Amino acid sequence: MSKQKNANGVQLDKGLGDRIISVVTYVVYAIFAFVCVYPFYYIFINSISANNLSERGKVILYPMEIHFQNYINVAKIPGLLNAAKISVLRTLIGTVLTVIVAGFLGYMFTRQTLWKRKFWYRFVVVTMYFNAGIIPWYLTMNKLGLTNNFWGYIFPTIIQPFYIILCKTFCESVPQELQDAGEIDGAGTLRIFFSIMLPVIKPILATIAIFAAVNQWNSFQDTLLLMTNTDKYNTLQYVLFQYINQANSLKALISSTTTSTNLAATLARAATATSVRMTVTVVVVLPVMMIYPFFQRFFTKGIMIGAVKG
Amino acid sequence: MRSAAKTGSVNARLDPKKKRSYQEFLYILPFILLVGIFSYFPLYGWIYAFHDYQPPKPITAETFVGLKWFYYIVSNTVRTAVSLFFSWFPMIFAVFLNEIKCRPYQKFVQTVTTLPNFISWVLVFSIAFNVFGSNGAVNSVMMDAGLIDKPISFLKSKDHLWFKMWLWLTWKNAGWAAIMYLAAITGIDEQMIEAARVDGATRMQIIRHIIIPSILPTYFVIVMLNIASFLNNGMEQYYVFQNDFNRKYIEVLDLYVYNYARSSIKNYPLSTAISMLKSIVSVALLAGTNAVSKLIRGESFI
Repeated sequence: MSKQKNANGVQLDKGLGDRIISVVTYVVYAIFAFVCVYPFYYIFINSISANNLSERGKVILYPMEIHFQNYINVAKIPGLLNAAKISVLRTLIGTVLTVIVAGFLGYMFTRQTLWKRKFWYRFVVVTMYFNAGIIPWYLTMNKLGLTNNFWGYIFPTIIQPFYIILCKTFCESVPQELQDAGEIDGAGTLRIFFSIMLPVIKPILATIAIFAAVNQWNSFQDTLLLMTNTDKYNTLQYVLFQYINQANSLKALISSTTTSTNLAATLARAATATSVRMTVTVVVVLPVMMIYPFFQRFFTKGIMIGAVKG
Repeated sequence: MRSAAKTGSVNARLDPKKKRSYQEFLYILPFILLVGIFSYFPLYGWIYAFHDYQPPKPITAETFVGLKWFYYIVSNTVRTAVSLFFSWFPMIFAVFLNEIKCRPYQKFVQTVTTLPNFISWVLVFSIAFNVFGSNGAVNSVMMDAGLIDKPISFLKSKDHLWFKMWLWLTWKNAGWAAIMYLAAITGIDEQMIEAARVDGATRMQIIRHIIIPSILPTYFVIVMLNIASFLNNGMEQYYVFQNDFNRKYIEVLDLYVYNYARSSIKNYPLSTAISMLKSIVSVALLAGTNAVSKLIRGESFI
């Protein structure tokens, strides 16, 4: 390791200093990696360990007395399944709409024939740099009837200037001849988009879809601001936050679910505030964790395209 | 000889030109005094901003509190600038990550350190709560090791609050922010590094004299963007981490506006005014840093 030769046969002695740097970097990054992974692991092993042990913080390195009762228990908590449904629905609907609109607008803003093209493009993109603030936003949403309404999650998130910039940049890299050929064959603007451009820009749409889905899934603030009078549209994120902050109401919820199963529910399996928190955390993290390794290259590509000036 | 004589004569009697100018000053002096009394003297009142002043009592040396009240207005938001102060961290993270020559290990580190970027602040808080809570992993390990007698409530204390907030932010973002720098490093001409190596440069020297100068422009742009948006730090992180013990210290402008509007006062106009002012200042900051960037690099970043 310490000695190597380059192409010209010059001997490269790395020297003591270089070797020390190597060792230190390996160790430091191992610590970094540990700090990033361990919390997830810790919560996961606790969610499948005996609850009376995890309650006292005894489960540190490996799961003890493995059981999966916790996952069955949380499914019985009133409202949790509904929250999961809302989270999945908003992620699906929101992502699909955001992606289609971003693709379409990104394409349209490359059409030289569009009336006042530059102006409308700036009109959209400039909204990245300012916002009205939460109260005017809330009042507007209230007037539009989007408070305490599922569509409050969807409509405000459809237009995402950043994604539109990504799509526009991508469309510009597609050879103009492709569109011209369609034009000659008599295809209209919409036909060119759906039949010619859409299949070509799929890679960038996939990248955007991942971003949009993660953002929808992680969204928390809009529930906080908009869904003030109803629990019907609480998302998993919001419910989890409530469980962490309101231990008392959580206890009430738990006792309502476990009354009939007292005989079977041993101390190790009965739901506790800690077990519910950890289990729900795992449930909420899991979708992101599962898609992440497969789509990491999309994420990386996304940030790199974004780094190029729009 | 002549110049010496001239100096002497000036000292002896007033130059007619000077005399004239003093005379003219006397004509306007009354009006200068008026300006002084009505416009400048009231500035003395600014002194109240530096004192804990209760109207009937006079201000004394004891009531002097320095910049306390200025600090009070902006302190929490400005404290988020601690992340500006540490903004070099992702760059250094990327530079040394690039030094790891074992590709699978490098890939592994990059993957796991990027992961936290994709979970929400609620989940970060949940992790914080479960790991650092009174029966969480950290407290229970420290108790078993006999380092402490009773659990430390990390999340409820206000000590080092902003450093802790920065740590959480870094935990979440460092790996992600490093990607940009890693790409910039990939763009460096390999021959330059090879040449330096043949000339006997150590790795530290290569990092200092080739890699870091090459990625400084990237760093510069990112710092500029951070400066421009530091008022818009969002409230989600601070909202989830706030509690009765740290509320006074964690309220950044955005969170303050939200809490104020949601409190019993329901003062929408004032909260809106604050967030408007904030928006205007941050747009000005953005324009300002962009202008500075144009001046220094001959290139804008927007």
